[in-house]
Amino acid sequence: MKGIFRIALKLLVNDKSKFTALLVGITFAVFLMVMMMSMFTGILAKSCAPVYNIGARIWVMDPAVNNTISSIPMPDYVLSTSRSIEGVRYAVPLYYGGAQVKLKDGTFQSVTVIGLDDATLFGRPELIEGKIEDIFAENAFLVVKDAEYAKLEKPTVGTEFEINDNRGVIVGLARVASSGLFGVPTLYTTFKRAVTYIPSARFTTSYVLIEPKSDTDIPRIQREIRKIGYDALTSEQFVRKISDFYTYKTGMGMNIMLMTAISFIVGLSISGQTFYTFILENLDKFGAMKAIGAKGRELISMILFQSFFTSLVGYGLGVGAASTFMTIAKLRLPEYAAQTTFTILGFALLMVVVIAGISSYIGVRKVLQIQPFDIFRG
Amino acid sequence: MGEALIRASNMAKWFGEGEARTMAVRDASFEVQHGEMLYIVGPSGSGKTTLLSMVSGILKPNGGKVTVEGRDLWAMGDDELADLRLKRIGFVFQDYHLFPRLTTLENVAIPLILKKVEWNEAMRRSMEYLEVVGLKDRANLQPVKLSGGEQQRVAIARAIVGKPDILIFDEPTASLDGDTGRKIVEFVKTRILDENRCIIIVTHDSRIYEYADTILKMEDGKITGVEKNHLHEK
Ligand SMILES: Nc1ncnc2c1ncn2[C@@H]1O[C@H](COP(=O)(O)OP(=O)(O)OP(=O)(O)O)[C@@H](O)[C@H]1O
Ligand SMILES: [Mg+2]
Repeated sequence: MKGIFRIALKLLVNDKSKFTALLVGITFAVFLMVMMMSMFTGILAKSCAPVYNIGARIWVMDPAVNNTISSIPMPDYVLSTSRSIEGVRYAVPLYYGGAQVKLKDGTFQSVTVIGLDDATLFGRPELIEGKIEDIFAENAFLVVKDAEYAKLEKPTVGTEFEINDNRGVIVGLARVASSGLFGVPTLYTTFKRAVTYIPSARFTTSYVLIEPKSDTDIPRIQREIRKIGYDALTSEQFVRKISDFYTYKTGMGMNIMLMTAISFIVGLSISGQTFYTFILENLDKFGAMKAIGAKGRELISMILFQSFFTSLVGYGLGVGAASTFMTIAKLRLPEYAAQTTFTILGFALLMVVVIAGISSYIGVRKVLQIQPFDIFRG
Repeated sequence: MGEALIRASNMAKWFGEGEARTMAVRDASFEVQHGEMLYIVGPSGSGKTTLLSMVSGILKPNGGKVTVEGRDLWAMGDDELADLRLKRIGFVFQDYHLFPRLTTLENVAIPLILKKVEWNEAMRRSMEYLEVVGLKDRANLQPVKLSGGEQQRVAIARAIVGKPDILIFDEPTASLDGDTGRKIVEFVKTRILDENRCIIIVTHDSRIYEYADTILKMEDGKITGVEKNHLHEK
């Protein structure tokens, strides 16, 4: 078998212009597909950042909430009910909302303010400067040192600022696992200070965070919360809900899917076409090989080898190009949201295999149809 | 004389159906012995290529029987037939059908590669046959760089590299000048043909008739005459 693959490879690679066209088609398609999907995954990951950063197992929220930033305040009894459910180890309130910081030059900067439960500070970030107890000091805020940090003019411990007409002071710099989608800096403070400093409606609790005693308690907790008209989602469910919102309920997801489909079709048509002409050009020779004594399955395996070889090389080049591009982009733009997962690589590979499959199907049909007698007659 | 190498009896082939049916070959019978050089001659459209294809296992007849040393060719399955062609029959097509993207040497090696001969060994043996046809120094060129006569010789090398015992040539000299054509046929007759093999040549070219042992004349799908060249009787 080895020899015919070597022949097949030479037929393909020695035809430099067609081989190049095939590679360009597939590389281009893979590059675009991987880029599109990685960008979307990056955006989704950022949109779910608070869920990861706070780290609660169960999030209680209004059923209408579909991303963290648009929380809907809930009355206090949601918290007390949560605490009374059997199987709840503890339940704490979380404030999550927006505020305006006035910078030294008088301009305003939007910020996200997270108010942590005063008793437990559940969901607190890792500090890189300052002490966590200082969060209880007068007007104290922690600032997250992420890509958005500079927008607050890089405050340090002791920096004073104005937030919604209240005085604030930075008591610590924090680090979180991933930064958010909306490009605004994040401040942490206590729940009580958040609700007093930031004007809000009648209700103040954005989320109730629950830690169950064990995983088996989760269904009961969810049932009980539903009884009072709210949703208790595990962090995975919440992430899924947010992702579904961006994927299906905003133009973003649809556009990305469309672009991915278009890249696939473009790649398929370029390489399918080229492969087809390649087969047509060699058709009489394949016919001659048939006359000489090549079996149908040997010719099929040669064609499959050619198309899969090209596709896999193109796949490698495409993935390489996409990751190079993303690496460079991330060096230049710290906020560049793109994240390549194995699912994306697997999906792109699947698409490439489909391209190879369709191209070789056309080639195989042609080659099986050809009659050695027609070759013989010339 | 023992068993004929090839025996074809009552061969029939038609194309199309009903009104459009053309009888390409009808009731053709002949034998080819070991060591024999047989020509099939006749006007264009008389069915020469069709007959040749049926006896070499690449076109299924509508009627009749072909045996190769007693084995019924058309009773075999596709794979068995392909194997028989690979091992026992060498073809030279009218337009050589050499792969333009392979070197001359690799083109010659194709039957060996199909027989799963290891690559380097296949190249070594192919080189021997390129030497036989006098093209050793062209081994690494692409076929397009060769002249028509040289390409013809490459095709011959490819046909004989697997040591088949039946050689099938369709119009081997059609695109060559008289001298080159004669040389090639003379070469095949003197260097390739031996008592274990036979060669069947379809031709229009009367300049090469002198090399034939037997000449079959075809007209309108029928064999109309058999001529033995008595000079060649052993
Ligand atoms: N595939 C086919 N379909 C229809 N008719 C065919 C086909 N192949 C051959 N024929 C017909 O069969 C007859 C014999 O054809 P064949 O090619 O065997 O002739 P030939 O003697 O080899 O001619 P030439 O000297 O021109 O090569 C011709 O009338 C031809 O038109
Ligand atoms: Mg003919």
